[in-house]
Amino acid sequence: MDAVLLSRIQFALTTSFHFIFAPLTIGLSWFLVWMMTVYKKTGDETYGRMARFWTKILTINFVIGVVTGIPLEFQFGTNWSWYSRFVGDIFGAPLAAEGIFSFFLESVFIAVLVYGWKKLPVKTLWFASLMVAIGATLSGFWIIVANSWMQTPAGYHIVEGRAELTSFWAAMFNPSVLPRYLHTICGTIMTGAFFIVGVDAIFLLKGKTAEFVTKSMKMALIVAFAASVAQLGLGHYHAIQVAHTQPEKLAAIEGIFETQRNAPALVFGIPNRDEEKMDAAIRIPGLLSLLAFGSFDAEVMGLKEFPKEMWPPLALTFYPFHVMVILGLYFIAFGAFGLFLLWKKLLFENKLFLKLAMISLPLPFIANDLGWMTAEVGRQPWAVYRLIETADAASVNVPAGQILASIIAFGIVYIFLFAVWIFYIRREITAEVRN
Amino acid sequence: MSGLQIIWFVLIGFLLTVYAILDGFDLGVGFWYLFAKKDEDRRALLSAIGPVWDGNEVWLLTGGGAIFAAFPHVYATVFSGMYLALMLVLFALMFRAVAIEFRNKTDSAKWRGFWDVSFAVGSIIPAILFGVATGNVLRGIDIDAMMNYAGGFFDLLNFYALLAGLLSLSVFAMQGATFAALKTQGEIAARAKSWAARACFFSFTIFALFFIATVVDQPHLLENYFDNWFLWAIPFITFVAILKTYYFSAKGEAQKAFGASSFSIAALMATLAAMLFPNTVIALNNPDLSLTISNSSSSPLTLKVMLIIAVIGMPLVIGYHVWLYKTFRKA
Repeated sequence: MDAVLLSRIQFALTTSFHFIFAPLTIGLSWFLVWMMTVYKKTGDETYGRMARFWTKILTINFVIGVVTGIPLEFQFGTNWSWYSRFVGDIFGAPLAAEGIFSFFLESVFIAVLVYGWKKLPVKTLWFASLMVAIGATLSGFWIIVANSWMQTPAGYHIVEGRAELTSFWAAMFNPSVLPRYLHTICGTIMTGAFFIVGVDAIFLLKGKTAEFVTKSMKMALIVAFAASVAQLGLGHYHAIQVAHTQPEKLAAIEGIFETQRNAPALVFGIPNRDEEKMDAAIRIPGLLSLLAFGSFDAEVMGLKEFPKEMWPPLALTFYPFHVMVILGLYFIAFGAFGLFLLWKKLLFENKLFLKLAMISLPLPFIANDLGWMTAEVGRQPWAVYRLIETADAASVNVPAGQILASIIAFGIVYIFLFAVWIFYIRREITAEVRN
Repeated sequence: MSGLQIIWFVLIGFLLTVYAILDGFDLGVGFWYLFAKKDEDRRALLSAIGPVWDGNEVWLLTGGGAIFAAFPHVYATVFSGMYLALMLVLFALMFRAVAIEFRNKTDSAKWRGFWDVSFAVGSIIPAILFGVATGNVLRGIDIDAMMNYAGGFFDLLNFYALLAGLLSLSVFAMQGATFAALKTQGEIAARAKSWAARACFFSFTIFALFFIATVVDQPHLLENYFDNWFLWAIPFITFVAILKTYYFSAKGEAQKAFGASSFSIAALMATLAAMLFPNTVIALNNPDLSLTISNSSSSPLTLKVMLIIAVIGMPLVIGYHVWLYKTFRKA
C-alpha cells in the first residue's frame, strides 16, 4: 500500500480520536469552575458533591485526552517529515507554546484538584479548577493557531523552498484563527453541556433525584441551548471566512460546480465528481449567495473554476458538513424543548426528554469530528493551502509496512482506550447512583 | 553559528535534562515496581508519583514542540528515522499513563495485574529507548543529502546505542529508587534504599563502560574535550555525583541522595551535550552531511520569538511546579 495514504489514514485516526476527548475536557472544565465558584461562595454541599463527581469524570477524560495527545506532538516528525521541514519555522512555535503555557498549567492544577480534595482549602481548589479551564482553553487556542495557519497561511515568505516566518503576529492571527477558534470553543462548551445533561438524565431515569443532579442539569441545559444558538452565528461567521479565503472549499462544502450569482444552498444532494454536478439536489435558490456574501446578487465561485485535480474529495467534504449542520439545528430544538419543560416544571420527570437527552449525549462529539473533517478534507489536496501538497509532505523514508503496523497498533489500542474511558465513567456513575 | 542557535541548543538541553530528572524518577519507580510484590507496596509507589507524573511528562511534550520549533530538521530526521522505536515509546507511555490512573480504581485482581504489567513495561521501554536514541544520535546514523535517515531499523540496534540504553535505564532506576526512598515509609522505603545502592553500582559501572567505549570507539565525540580541557570536569563530576548518591543513600539521607541522583543526571546530560555540540545529529556515512546547530535550526526571527515565549513561560512553569511540590509536601 501507498505510504502517503497510510500516513493520512493514521493522521485522521489519531487526530479524530483525540478530538473526542479534548473538547469534553475544555467544556467540562468551565462547568467545574462554575460549580466550584458557587461552592466557594455559599459553602453549599450540593455544589461540593457536584464538583467532586464532575472532577472524577473530568479526570478520567483528561487522562485519555493526554494519552491520545502524546502521538500528535510527534507524528508530524514521524510521518510528515517533509512537512515538518517545510513549516517548522512557523508551525513548531504554537506547539511549543501550547506545552509551555497550557499543558503545564493543566497537568499541575488537575493534580491539585484530584489529590488535594479535602486536604486543601476550597479557595485553592477553586483556583485550581480555574487554572485547569484556562489551561485547557488556551491549549485549544494554540492548536487552532497551528491548524489555521495550514488553512490560511500568513506572516511568512518562502526561502530556499521552505516557509520562513516574517511576522509572528500575522502568522498567529492569520485570517481564519478567530472564527475557527470561536466556533471550536463553542463546540466544546456544547459538548460539556450535553454531556452533563445526558449523565444527569441517566441519574434521573435511575430514580436519583438528588439536588446535585437537578441543579447541574438545569444549568447545563440553559448553557446547552444558549451555546447551540450562539453556534449558529459562530458557524456562519466561520463559513463567511471560508467563502472569502478558500473558495474551492466552500464550493465543495456547498456542492457548487458552476460559478453563479444567486447561488443556492443545498438541503440535500449527492456529489457527482465525474459528471461535475449534484445529483438529487434540493436547492434553496439564492441562500448561499446571501449567507456567504450578504446579497442574492453576490457571485459564488464554482468548482469548475479550479483544475479538477485541485478539488477536495467531494463526498467527504459535503456530507460531514451537512450532517453537522443538521445536528446543530437539532441541538437548538433539543435545548428549546428542554427549556420549555423546565418552564413548565416538568423537566425532571419527562421520560421522553430524559431518554432523548441520554441518546443526544454523544451527538456533539460526532458534530465536532464532522466539523473537523469538513475543515481538513476540504483543504485537500493541500497540507498547507496553496503552498505544499499533502502528497509531498509525507516522510519518504518510512516503509509502508511500518506505518501499517503502527495503524493496526493504534487501532487496537484506541478501541481499548475507548472501552476504558466508557468503563470508568460508567463506574463512577453507577457508584454515584448506589451512593 | 549564531548566539541564538547556541542558546537554543542549550535550552533544548535544559528541557530534556529537566525531563530526564523528573520523568526519570517516575520511569524508575516503574522499573522497581516489578520488584514490589505486595499490593500495599505497589499502592505506595503509585501514590508517590500520582500527583506529579503527568506534569513530568509535559516536559517531554514541550521538549518535542521546542525541537520542532527551534530545530525542525532534527525533529524531522530523528523521528521519521527512528519511526518504529518512537512508536514503541508512544504506546508504552500511553499504557503506563492509563495504568497509573486506573490501577487503583480497578476492583478485579486480574485487571489490576494487567495494569501492573502495563505500568512496569510501559516504564522500562521508554527508559531504555531514550538512551538508545541518544546513543544513535551521538554515534551517528546514515543520513542522505536531503537530511533523511538512510539506514534501516536494525542499524539502530548497535553496541554503542544499546550500551547507552542500559545507561539510561540504570540512571533512571537510581533516580526512581532514591525518589521512592524519599517518598515512602517503612518496609518499602528500606527496600528502596537497597534498590538505590544497586542502581548506583550499575550506573557507575555502565557509565564507566560507556565512557571507555566512547574513547575507544567514538573518538569524534571527544574533540570538544581535547579542545577544552576543563570539559573533562563534567564526566568526572558525574562519577562523583553517582558515588555521592550511594553515600547519602547508605547514610539514610534520602533527600540528599535524591538531590545527588538528580545532579548526576544533569551532569550526565551535560557530558553528552558537550560531546554532540555543535552537531545536532551526526552523520555516520559522511560528516559533511551531519545536522548542526547552523544547518538544522529555524530562522533567527523564529528563534527570537521562541526565546521570548520561553522567557515569559518558563518562570511561570517553574513557579507553579515549586508551588505544587510545596503544597503536597504540606498536605
